[in-house]
Amino acid sequence: MNVTVNGDRRELPAGATVASVVESLQNAPEGRGVAVAVEGEVVPRAKWSTTAIREGATVEVVVAVQGG
Amino acid sequence: MTTPFAIAGRQLSSRLILGTGGFTNHEVLAAALNASGAELCTVALRRLDPAARGSILDVLDGAGVEVLPNTAGCYTARDAIVTAQLAREAFGTDWIKLEVIGDDRTLLPDAVELVAAAEALVDDGFVVLPYTTDDPILARRLEDVGCAAVMPLGSPIGSGMGIRNPYNISIVVERAGVPVILDAGVGTASDAAFAIELGCDAVLCASAISRAHDPIAMATGIRLAVEAGWLARGAGRIPRRRYAEASTPDEGLPVFDSASQ
Repeated sequence: MNVTVNGDRRELPAGATVASVVESLQNAPEGRGVAVAVEGEVVPRAKWSTTAIREGATVEVVVAVQGG
Repeated sequence: MTTPFAIAGRQLSSRLILGTGGFTNHEVLAAALNASGAELCTVALRRLDPAARGSILDVLDGAGVEVLPNTAGCYTARDAIVTAQLAREAFGTDWIKLEVIGDDRTLLPDAVELVAAAEALVDDGFVVLPYTTDDPILARRLEDVGCAAVMPLGSPIGSGMGIRNPYNISIVVERAGVPVILDAGVGTASDAAFAIELGCDAVLCASAISRAHDPIAMATGIRLAVEAGWLARGAGRIPRRRYAEASTPDEGLPVFDSASQ
């Protein structure tokens, strides 16, 4: 299925979850410091492995950067 | 040298909060953090960059400072709220420096969206520190909806124009029941001292330090300026007057012209 992850169109296997998307990204922090929104809603880390990604979904994976 | 103050019950010894934007690399940031004495510093949230090297969180953890996430780049209450929720997830903190800006040229706050976002985030359990204009009425509105501090600008972000309306900042300070943190416009050390002299509880600086020719020296200078301002404020400045008042007594002044004896 096709989804958009951080602005890039990507092909994901059926059954992909938020956890599998984050694991597929290079440089994703393992512990603290990363958060995910799917369709503009924050998905708590505890629900990453049980939250399925739907066809056409928009996923944003964010981390800390310098700012402010 | 300054006394501690508290935001939402958390004691802070340093009255200088560092913004981390604009530093050329993590090494300079770490050295400036150390020189600034700051205990709290801002970070922003952006898309994961597969090519990024090193995490700013490691730098902040190494320096022993707390993270204050911001909502920089948000133009609507909705975006700011989601960003704050992402920050809570990412960093495990309820604290948020709330920025909702009106346009990319001035980076001035959008008052309507700002108050709406502040109210929603307070209701959602956040400790909200809003970046606001120097308008005393807006500051009061933000306090009324439950913000833990107010952070008026001295002048636009990154402008280095100092405090353009010290009278308004004084009025914000006089009327505020929460800490007041001057949040933008500081260009050099004297601006930070002035903010504290005007009664601000703390100063938040990013560009003034990160974009200085020597960020570490400027971090030290601004730290000392905050302390200088604090001492001067406590000491009580003399009143301004239009005419001179001699500091040397006339009594005992010798007379050299015998005709006037």
